[in-house]
Amino acid sequence: MRIQIDRLPAPLWQRLLIPVVSIFLTFVITAGFVTAVDANPFEATYYFLLDPFSSRVKGIEILVKATPLLLTGASVAFAFAGGYWNIGAEGQLYMGAVAATAVGLQMHDASPWIAIPLIVLGGIAAGMGWAVIPALMKVRLKIDEVVTTLLLNSVAIFIVSALLNGPWRDPVSQWPQSPEIAAAAIFPRLIPRARLHLGFLIAIGVIILFWFVMKRTAFGVKMRAVGINREAARFSGIHVDRVMFTVALVSGGIAGLAGAGEVAGIHFHLIDAISPGYGYTGILIATLGSLNAIGIGLAAVFIGLIDTGAQTVSRVLGVPVFLGDVIQASLLLVTLGMLLLQNYRIMLKRKG
Amino acid sequence: MTANPSTGPAVEMRGITKRFGSVLANSGIDFKLDRQEIHALLGENGAGKTTLMRILFGLYQADEGEIFVRGESATIRSPKEAIARGIGMVSQHFALVPTLTVTENIILGTTSGLPLRMEQAHERVANAAKQFNMAVDPAARVQDLSVGQRQRVEILKALYRQAKVLILDEPTAVLIPQEVDLLFESLRKLRDNGLSVIFISHKLHEVMSITDHVTVLRGGAVAGAVQTSSTNPKELARMMVGHAAARARKSEATASPGQAALVIDRVNAEDNKGLPALKDISLTVKAGEILGLAGVSGNGQTELAEVLSGIRQVSSGRVTVNDRDVTNADPQALMAAGVGRIPEDSRANVIGQMSVAQNIVIEHIDDYSRNGLLDRKGITQHAREIISEYQIKTGLEDHIRTLSGGNLQKVVLARVLSGSPRVLIIAQPTRGLDVAATEYVRGKLLEQREEGAAILLISEDLDEILQLSDRIAVIYEGQIMDVVDAEKAEIDRLGLLMAGVVHE
Repeated sequence: MRIQIDRLPAPLWQRLLIPVVSIFLTFVITAGFVTAVDANPFEATYYFLLDPFSSRVKGIEILVKATPLLLTGASVAFAFAGGYWNIGAEGQLYMGAVAATAVGLQMHDASPWIAIPLIVLGGIAAGMGWAVIPALMKVRLKIDEVVTTLLLNSVAIFIVSALLNGPWRDPVSQWPQSPEIAAAAIFPRLIPRARLHLGFLIAIGVIILFWFVMKRTAFGVKMRAVGINREAARFSGIHVDRVMFTVALVSGGIAGLAGAGEVAGIHFHLIDAISPGYGYTGILIATLGSLNAIGIGLAAVFIGLIDTGAQTVSRVLGVPVFLGDVIQASLLLVTLGMLLLQNYRIMLKRKG
Repeated sequence: MTANPSTGPAVEMRGITKRFGSVLANSGIDFKLDRQEIHALLGENGAGKTTLMRILFGLYQADEGEIFVRGESATIRSPKEAIARGIGMVSQHFALVPTLTVTENIILGTTSGLPLRMEQAHERVANAAKQFNMAVDPAARVQDLSVGQRQRVEILKALYRQAKVLILDEPTAVLIPQEVDLLFESLRKLRDNGLSVIFISHKLHEVMSITDHVTVLRGGAVAGAVQTSSTNPKELARMMVGHAAARARKSEATASPGQAALVIDRVNAEDNKGLPALKDISLTVKAGEILGLAGVSGNGQTELAEVLSGIRQVSSGRVTVNDRDVTNADPQALMAAGVGRIPEDSRANVIGQMSVAQNIVIEHIDDYSRNGLLDRKGITQHAREIISEYQIKTGLEDHIRTLSGGNLQKVVLARVLSGSPRVLIIAQPTRGLDVAATEYVRGKLLEQREEGAAILLISEDLDEILQLSDRIAVIYEGQIMDVVDAEKAEIDRLGLLMAGVVHE
């Protein structure tokens, strides 16, 4: 017997094995650390991956966590698929949150039918507006968007800080957080006594739209062509710069929407830590999901799951919080590495 | 043979044969390089020059034949063994690390063990530079050097490794004229100091001015070996091009060409480095004729094809298609004006990880969509028709990169011809294709000519040009040397024009 490896798309059974093997390898890698802090590694794995499914409330919480990730994942994937390396979803999310807060604070006399569309549009517009800067620099001046989008993230976060420590500081508590937005602008809950909100449905809608644009529209063909082979796209008569500019704006808009969702669906006011790096996690999700809609959906829920699990692990087992981070990071790294196997077909061959 | 090692020629290759699959790249080649001479290896693209030299440098192994270095029989299995025998090679693409200094580049791979004594190395390199008369600063970073200086570093690198035989693969292709003069001066001095040089080239005037002997290759075999002083450019050009190509002329229907469809008027353009690539190019192609553009690669053909494909700007001049000004028009505008384009490298100009069907319609994707939504039925139907009409062996949804060269070229051809273009810009249409696919593509081009399309055929394959063209233009260093009637074209003269010789 010998093992033969070919560079071919892997068959389905092999793909399904990828998460299983990933979890097993992560267990092997992290068991030592978990044991070192006097916890049981089997128990830790249980709380990480299975306990979130043990009750309705916990299960719904996975989707709550997944909501912003679905959006930032779609944002980044859309940009990457169009050959535009937007690393700035984090900053675009923050600007979306700023705009959503600004709109939300003005809606005290409005009906929800007006307030909610406005807060959504505000978030999208602000994300787009923030994305215009690097997009213009890319298209007009050929400045690398990886650097500009990344640097603008810090700028956006500082703008939020400045607002919270200045004009928007809560007048009552003096905390660096904005006053609460108007009740009319708050996203309705989807299920009683759970945090799942309208934003989740919007995110699902965006994922479906993402699929539709990529697969069913002329623009989708053009942007994929640009993403795969820019020179060939140009030769074929596609206006590469125009396509990339559009892609950058749409990507920014989706990220801005994620920010609006966090304000209107979860926090109800702007805070410094509105995102624990959702924009960066979006890059991970886009990559894990191979830039396609179903992949992004699964990856976002998967990360939502281990985010939920990480909280439980440290609380229930009394282990340091950072151990959750270690396990989470190991799992992601292993999974990412294992995804390489998608491109190979492994076969056992009898010597003949 | 038991030649005395101290008296044998620097290199002798006997009966070298090398096959790549079914292609015979070298066929029984004899080649002798004397000591202290500069010896030209002359031939068109694909004549087998580079293959022969790669065998000598150990990059390929010959299927048959023997190599002697200074009279000793030698088996050379790798560049390392070639270097050990005193053979150095400078290819067109320099193998230098831009961020390292000259010294670091030169000693790279020659050092053994630690510690690395940088100051000593510096000194040794500086001494070598002085000894060989190669003016380079050992401390300079390679990225700050001009192309000519980099080439000198490459040569110095070979000399530093005790090369007695230096192979230069088209060394002047990347140089400006002043640098060429400097290079030649150095080479003469090096020869006088004992070095033997193999100078690969297809530029006749350079061969005439710098070399002592010339070996001409054609179609993988030796077409002649002569002393430079006893030959002339005309004879060399004849050896290079040959009389072969019994002109399998196209269908004799000398369709009377119609009006001027494509007019290129004093066009100038620059290459990617910003150097002039096209100099006052003027050409006219009439409806119903094929104008062949012959030339050795790298003389502006790529840039001209790009200008006419809408992906390179001209700096001056005018291009019109059926009296419509399309100067610096983008691909969409060109296609709207009735121009069909087949790119030089089809594989690089399709969207590899997209389906064959989508690649077929991508140039007209907006015509295959309604309100931005893809007309999937229309796309499938059109692609299916094309695949069966052109007998392309593929499925509709296969990624186009999985296709063979011939099938891929058929897709590109079909995509262009299905738009019924009035003007065709065709670059290297059969490069890398097998015989059947080549015949198919050529047949299609002739069919288009019968139907009244104006075709500009840019090809480095002179046989192809002769076989298909009504008139032949020759390009050399970005200029049109002459335009001749294909019926009256003399191969000798074409060869001379391609080599840049206007008057004999």
